[in-house]
Amino acid sequence: MADKITVGHVHMSGCTGCLVSLADNYEGLLTILDKYADLVYCLTLADVRHIPKMDVALVEGSVCINDECSMEEILETRENAAIVVALGGCACYGNTTRFCRGGQQNQPQHEGYLPIGDLIKVDVYIPACAPTPQQIRNVCLMAYLLLKGNDEQKALATAYLTPLMNLAAAGTEACGCDLMTEVINQGLCCGCGSCAAACPVRAVTMQYGKPQIERDLCIKCGACYAQCPRSFFSFDVCGQYESITNLIAEVMKP
Amino acid sequence: MEYLGQYKAVYKAKSGCEDILAKAQDGGIVTSMFAYALETGIIDGAIVAGPGSEPYKPEPMIATTVEELFASRGTKYSVSPNLALIKEATRSYGLDKIGIVGTPCQIQAVRKGQLYPVGLRDVPDKIVLALGIFCMENFPYQGLFQMVEDHCATKIDNVTKMDIGKGKFSVYTERGVNSQIPLKVTHKYEQPGCHVCLDYVANMADISTGSVGTPDGWSTVFVRSAAGEAAFNKAVEAGWIIAESMDGVKPGLELVEKLATEKITKNQKYLEHRAHKDHAALKPLRNPYI
Repeated sequence: MADKITVGHVHMSGCTGCLVSLADNYEGLLTILDKYADLVYCLTLADVRHIPKMDVALVEGSVCINDECSMEEILETRENAAIVVALGGCACYGNTTRFCRGGQQNQPQHEGYLPIGDLIKVDVYIPACAPTPQQIRNVCLMAYLLLKGNDEQKALATAYLTPLMNLAAAGTEACGCDLMTEVINQGLCCGCGSCAAACPVRAVTMQYGKPQIERDLCIKCGACYAQCPRSFFSFDVCGQYESITNLIAEVMKP
Repeated sequence: MEYLGQYKAVYKAKSGCEDILAKAQDGGIVTSMFAYALETGIIDGAIVAGPGSEPYKPEPMIATTVEELFASRGTKYSVSPNLALIKEATRSYGLDKIGIVGTPCQIQAVRKGQLYPVGLRDVPDKIVLALGIFCMENFPYQGLFQMVEDHCATKIDNVTKMDIGKGKFSVYTERGVNSQIPLKVTHKYEQPGCHVCLDYVANMADISTGSVGTPDGWSTVFVRSAAGEAAFNKAVEAGWIIAESMDGVKPGLELVEKLATEKITKNQKYLEHRAHKDHAALKPLRNPYI
């Protein structure tokens, strides 16, 4: 269909868990592919060999700077995609690849890994390891509304995506420490516990109403800070939770 | 209107159940709504502030029966990180339809979690009843302890109820002793993160409730969302909740709106102060709302 957007999945140094999360929208993914998006590139699912032009690139994984082909691919992705989305903790923040230091067979020199935002400009972040199917779905739908919707829908999509664009503009470092440096140290923590729920490795517990971070457990995925209501909070968007939830449910009908 | 959020209806209400009222903070609305919702299958579990390891130190818990729910009655003026259980409720607890009670900031966190589920897979669709409680500010446990033991000269183990109202912080014990201090004394113990909060009556909840506006033993209730309206009306029909019009109730919505305006205006000023616009040499502190 002509009014669909084109989407590609670019696999850098990732684990494919981000793609599995997209697929875990189950029939919702089929609805998206039926009505809103053509998947024009995805080595896991289709045999298009080279990165084509596309509206949205969902990039998972970080980049091994010692691997020439990877460096070429991330550049090609930026050149070919209107919107680059860093999908998941590795692409946004390095995640577990932050701990890489080379010395393993049979490429012991593969030791430098960077989040994609250190190499190219990234438009939107979807942090966390793994990112949630629902968050990926929301970003896909909002990207569709942004590119194909009427003025009102474009405004909604812009308002929705802005915080995720701001995260992308803010940097490529994440850690449980963000709860300290950006929330507690800034006098903003309200003790709600969202960070503890969001952490995939249970590195955050609540002690006397405040997050306690087990930093040697933390894998640097960025979920805790992004989920915190005091990292970003849009009254405009969250105040419309009922209508936005209904809208998503409506457009996801097969 | 803006300060009280959007709502479909507002009531003076209380529980229709004497057992609930016996130990409820006010009208027993939260306990009654969850009890009704559990009994009728609207929810299969509720995240509430249960008893913790120290007196009046709340600990988030998941209640799947009315008996478990009863353990959470009464206000504990300290931080209960209820959101910490929001994902676990859908995992080891295996819940499909979750109720959660929270202060305005926690309800904001619920809505953010539903629209931006970064680390909350499968949570967004499973929250069916978010009950908000009015909240002016909260206290870290150590602060609350000091307010009770030092300022009110009351052993916290003996306290049966605490209450903030009419400009006073009051503690009650089983032996009937009632100790009060002016709220002015408690200000230094407030959680600093509360001072950037721009919500008094849990504007984003399905139903919000609190004591201000209605006489003792009653609650003021805002019914906000379609889901909240459906559940509330059924609970009233089934006799779990007695709801009356707010018309002519003293002090009424006027006082609720006055306090909401005061809180939000004061905290907006504090946010502006944090921007350090008048001090070129000071960098601004972070503002989560921009």
